[in-house]
Amino acid sequence: MTAALCVGLAAFSLFLATIGKSPVEFYGLVYKAGFGTSFSWANTLSRTAPLLLAALCVALPARLGLIVIGGEGAIVLGGVAAGAVAMAAPGLPGGVGIALMAAAAALIGGAWIGAIGLLRYKRGVNETIASLLMAYIALALMNHLVEGPLRDPASLNKPSTAPLPEGFRIGDLPGLDVHWGLAVGVLGCVIAWALMERTRWGFAARIIGGNLRAAQVQGLPVGRLLFCWTALGGAFAGLAGMMEVAAVHGSANASLAAGYGYTGILVAFLARQNMLAIIPVAILLAGFEAANGLTQRRMDLPDATVLVLQGFVFIAILASETFYGRFKMFQPDRWSRS
Amino acid sequence: MEPQLSESDIGLWSVPLAMLGGAIRVSTPFIFVSLGECLTERSGRINLGLEGVLVFGAMAGYGVAYETGSAWIGVGAAAMAGGAFGALHGWLCSLPKVNDIAIGIALMLLGMGLAFFFGKPYIQPVAPDLPAISFGWWSDAPQVVAALKVNVLFLAGFALALAMAWMFRATRIGLAVRVVGDSDDAARALGLKVNQTRFAATVAGGALAGVGGAYLSLYYPGSWNEGISSGQGLMAVALVIFARWNPIACFWAALLFGGAGALGPALQSVGVTQGYYLFYAAPYVLTLGLLIATSSTTRQLTGAPGALSITR
Repeated sequence: MTAALCVGLAAFSLFLATIGKSPVEFYGLVYKAGFGTSFSWANTLSRTAPLLLAALCVALPARLGLIVIGGEGAIVLGGVAAGAVAMAAPGLPGGVGIALMAAAAALIGGAWIGAIGLLRYKRGVNETIASLLMAYIALALMNHLVEGPLRDPASLNKPSTAPLPEGFRIGDLPGLDVHWGLAVGVLGCVIAWALMERTRWGFAARIIGGNLRAAQVQGLPVGRLLFCWTALGGAFAGLAGMMEVAAVHGSANASLAAGYGYTGILVAFLARQNMLAIIPVAILLAGFEAANGLTQRRMDLPDATVLVLQGFVFIAILASETFYGRFKMFQPDRWSRS
Repeated sequence: MEPQLSESDIGLWSVPLAMLGGAIRVSTPFIFVSLGECLTERSGRINLGLEGVLVFGAMAGYGVAYETGSAWIGVGAAAMAGGAFGALHGWLCSLPKVNDIAIGIALMLLGMGLAFFFGKPYIQPVAPDLPAISFGWWSDAPQVVAALKVNVLFLAGFALALAMAWMFRATRIGLAVRVVGDSDDAARALGLKVNQTRFAATVAGGALAGVGGAYLSLYYPGSWNEGISSGQGLMAVALVIFARWNPIACFWAALLFGGAGALGPALQSVGVTQGYYLFYAAPYVLTLGLLIATSSTTRQLTGAPGALSITR
């Protein structure tokens, strides 16, 4: 994977050089703004939190052979659900409120993505197209809710739900400038890894991903497994939305659609759908996103620069599949799935 | 439809009228993208990246038209850019063990990224936080001119649908594409070059999607911005499945989707503001509903190319 990543970054360097920008300066700035100081680490790790959970929403279904790319929808709805809970019961003690928000977000996210797994099983609907369509529908739902029924009349410029009560806000990890979402994300990855690699449900899931017919012949409950695993992925994505609301934005609004769901696709593919490998990959890509502002200001690059970079890396990673087993340097390493 | 009609005189009848007019206007990118995707899928490969091609085509068409002063040169540039993306997809997928769906997702992201990257100087400074309001275009007289221009590419799309249907049915090239799409082995037995045929079909499909993008930025809505396409390229892919890989059916399905896309603005023009965003979601809901209704786990989809990964 590292080799393919380097090829992607090299291709991006070539792209920068072609348009007359210095790749050396670019990567220097990325290092400085993403990983150079404690402040930049805090920025990077804050962005890592939702990426971890969004990547799980891609990686878990992928292990069952489903390419789900609509995690953005679950993130957005999870955030709105959290905002709605806070508006419905602002008087609750903080801990209960946070638990309720998390539960609501995980539930709606799980139902949203789980429905895609179910549709795939029951009706043979292509999950890639369906999930992206549902992400657009989720976005419309969010806009409808935060500009209509859930709108806080005080939010004039940017329609939002009411600000969360102080007790509902999620603070920073002790001693760090990073909110608790990072811990939740890392824990999510570890739990997902343990479930997938160390339990019989995970084993059954991997059989389905390897050979659907074999799984059916074995008598595995394919439909139930598809639903449960896609729903689990969706629940993680929903939690990501809730964390963004409770720790970053303070209320649900259009900022929820920040594209974490789409970067999460790249993270999951770069990690070769391995739940633990997601953690370092997410940190790396979050660093690139964190540095986007600085490269814009210093090098006069547009804000889409990070998207172009991600596109190059994505294509390099997919194209590298063809070299697997052909060259020594592309041998699957210990992170890759067995 | 006669745009001179005053909406207030005909009351709620203006909704279906506006939808019909809107259907013709909104459907044109759907026609081009779905015909391009139809051609690609008929050769046995799916290109989910047409959403990215559409956006990049919109940017390239707008930028080149702005620099040269000719909209048609812009359309040509968009077609060439789309063809280049198609070539990238076609080449990558001809490598062994590369997944065409995943490459499509990557191209979608890369196409959008590149379009936003190079498109920055061409964004007009219109209020960026209220993109939906600028859709109040029915009664404006300048839009009537734009509507007439729409009809040129719309008719071209109709002619293209007929030509492609004829090509598949009655020409050597069409037969080659169909054989390659149905079975690699049969194609090789006939001495057809599988990878080259698929490559050509993907390039041509990308070029058509690029033209669809140029339509978006040059005619309707008629300007380049980063929110110019919201999933039209992807809906067109779903539309091809619904149309059962038949170019003529693609045309009619595109009209239907265009009508659904025009529902939101049409209702807004008669003063319905309740649930405004929900009406804008109508095309996605329609697409999803049709996908669910027409998919099946038990029977092979009629007309599906045999070598297509999503139907196996």
